[in-house]
Amino acid sequence: MATILAVDDSASMRQMVAFTLKGAGYNVVEAVDGADALNKAKAQAFDCVVTDVNMPNKDGIELIRDLRALPNYKFTPMLMLTTEAGTDKKQQGKDAGATGWIVKPFNPDQLLKTIKKVMG
Amino acid sequence: MSIDMAQFHQVFFEESFEGLDAMESGLLNLDLGDFNVEDINTIFRAAHSIKGGSGTFGFTAVSDFTHVMETLLDEMRDGRRKITQPAVDVLLGSVDCLRDMLQSIQNGSEVDQADVAEHKLALDNELNNAVPNSPSVGKQTAKASTVLPADDVKQIAGWVIAFSPHLHLLKTGNEPVRMFRELASLGHLTTTVDLQGVPNLYDLDPEECHLSWKLEVSGDIPETEIDEIFDWVEDDCDLAKQPIYQTPSESTPFHGSPEIAISHAVSRVTKDVSSELASSEESEANAADRKNGKKEDAKAAPKGSSSIRVDTSKIDTLINMVGELVITQSMLSLLGEHFELNKLDQLKNGLSQLERHTRELQESVMNIRMLPISFVFSRFPRLAHDISSKLGKKIELKLVGENTEVDKTVVELLSDPLVHLVRNSLDHGIEMPDVRLAAGKPETGTVTLEAYHRGGNIVIEVADDGKGLDKDKLRAKAIEKGLIDADAILSDKQTYELIFMPGFSTAEKLTDISGRGVGMDVVRRNIQALGGNIEILSELGKGSTISIHLPLTLAILDGQSIAVGDETYILPLGSIIESLHVKEDRLNRVAGKGETFLLRGQYLPIIRMHQIFNVLSAKTTKLTEGLIVVVEGQGLRCGLFVDDLLGQQQVVIKSLEANYRRIEGVSGATILGDGSVALILDIPGLVRLANQ
Repeated sequence: MATILAVDDSASMRQMVAFTLKGAGYNVVEAVDGADALNKAKAQAFDCVVTDVNMPNKDGIELIRDLRALPNYKFTPMLMLTTEAGTDKKQQGKDAGATGWIVKPFNPDQLLKTIKKVMG
Repeated sequence: MSIDMAQFHQVFFEESFEGLDAMESGLLNLDLGDFNVEDINTIFRAAHSIKGGSGTFGFTAVSDFTHVMETLLDEMRDGRRKITQPAVDVLLGSVDCLRDMLQSIQNGSEVDQADVAEHKLALDNELNNAVPNSPSVGKQTAKASTVLPADDVKQIAGWVIAFSPHLHLLKTGNEPVRMFRELASLGHLTTTVDLQGVPNLYDLDPEECHLSWKLEVSGDIPETEIDEIFDWVEDDCDLAKQPIYQTPSESTPFHGSPEIAISHAVSRVTKDVSSELASSEESEANAADRKNGKKEDAKAAPKGSSSIRVDTSKIDTLINMVGELVITQSMLSLLGEHFELNKLDQLKNGLSQLERHTRELQESVMNIRMLPISFVFSRFPRLAHDISSKLGKKIELKLVGENTEVDKTVVELLSDPLVHLVRNSLDHGIEMPDVRLAAGKPETGTVTLEAYHRGGNIVIEVADDGKGLDKDKLRAKAIEKGLIDADAILSDKQTYELIFMPGFSTAEKLTDISGRGVGMDVVRRNIQALGGNIEILSELGKGSTISIHLPLTLAILDGQSIAVGDETYILPLGSIIESLHVKEDRLNRVAGKGETFLLRGQYLPIIRMHQIFNVLSAKTTKLTEGLIVVVEGQGLRCGLFVDDLLGQQQVVIKSLEANYRRIEGVSGATILGDGSVALILDIPGLVRLANQ
């Protein structure tokens, strides 16, 4: 089964995302911020990355930019969890190489639907 | 898939409270003249996380409230708004309000709507103050005006889509095949690929997308569903879509040459797509809010059990320890299976290893309960800020040793007494600026809160460079209140100790900050309940220092085991002063008051342990034959008459109250190495017991 890297500095959001994805049968590895995620992504290959945007120690957009530069993550789906209603963050994310986004607040069903969109 | 979101609520509350603390200390430390963008960022991030979480977990009121704070902070972060002290104060007030809201939700009690409305109004006023928030108003009207006429959507029989990805599309992790699969889930899909853009093999970059497609999907599919599929790639492709209408007379413009139509359609369609997207997002968000709102009403947040956040390195250490222990255990059981006497050394080695690992394991487990004292200290900057501005004093609060670790229970119970002490220092200790200047001191007073380890104890000091305690005044007050006799001779230490007596208050007038009369005696009682003690040092005109000594943990005690007949009792090591054989000529029997003995000019009562606990097997009942252990507790000294001293050891405290019931003179029990139970003695309780 596919393995997903879930990145969020908020423990409750991270747990909710991980719990939902695990319930749907995915393997999930959690990371607490961008720097943590980057280390984990270097040590292990992930099939998809779901990341929060606003985080200390490397935000989601920098994380996506750094990951895209790695040979293993050239084509990996990367989704941003964002509350920004404005297009600013989305555009920055797209420029960094994000595949798409999930707008907070979202419920588990919306999350799974979006994950299925990129994971098949 | 239905997931009970309530399971994440506890974690959400905890992290939100942490976030609020971070916001509070960030706001307090914000130097308006010279701040770092990262300072604001930290505050913004905390607000942002609370907003995101509360929205997701269904606390709409919280997310609405936080939204305004976030907007304000966002403008400050971007430099669009000047950061002023009034704005910071409004934000600080909002932090308090938000904390109350979350606490109410967590406890399942009613949120104080009036308070929320008041703070929200203050936030809104602040928001509308400097920069009118015109962009969002404009956006809303734009959204409202882009609703499509309903009959346009109705008779759609399908869509023709011209999709030409830009070369880099694959590098965003998007995959045309997956989009087509999604389209196919909406209706019957036919795809026609255009290979014209594919270069010859030598020029081909396999990571680029050179294909384009004509897609026809049939069915009455709303445009929004098509848009949703291409939502993420709208800037990474040329996209044109045209509905096929059911009426046979209407022709689709794409039937001729789609390629030509595309270039005309692109700009218009993308414009429509983006505006419509915005409206669909909004309605989705509204729907989610409504749904979540209902949930919140229906189900009050359950009161969670307390949890603890532990550094993962501590858990790793623990797992290592357990691993070692398992290895030792298997070694020992192997040894035990075929044991011969010549393997005795091996056995001894194994056992000492087991002992070491068990001790290390115990230490690591205790370590998990340890929290940095910053959990308590962190609330004081705010306290100092509020009190100093209220009193018009200039005060600098220094925190030292915030990373000193203490047991979680101690941390929780320490909070209130410390607040009291710090308040006292701020209110009574530090003088007004003019008084300080007149006394040749710097205008700004300093209150230092320091924590450090000494031996098996943690010491917490609250020190101020204020006016100090006036011994004569203390004495006069105590005489006036009838707490001491007018001719009592007191040492300096004893004089300072007076402030710990019930009903003693030195403030000339009571203020609402401190000095409500329930002061220091309660503080002392709380500290003593934690197994600690409190001391005060002071110098008139120079300041006061109050030190609290506490055991590192409440779960383990350094004990001295004593024997009375067949029974073993544990005395807290810290309560023992000395032990001695007493000679007949030092003993003194007072009619009706029991027995005493003379120790360096002072008569101390003797408590016969065998009598108190009715131990019939006691070796001796003659005071000169046994041992007298001199102990002290809550200022009471006495001699315990016991058979013998056994040894010192750390004991794990088991609650008697939880397992049996409260017994006077006994603070708990423990299990000894041989499996027997020993009672842990409570000295003040014993003294009371002996006096009955």
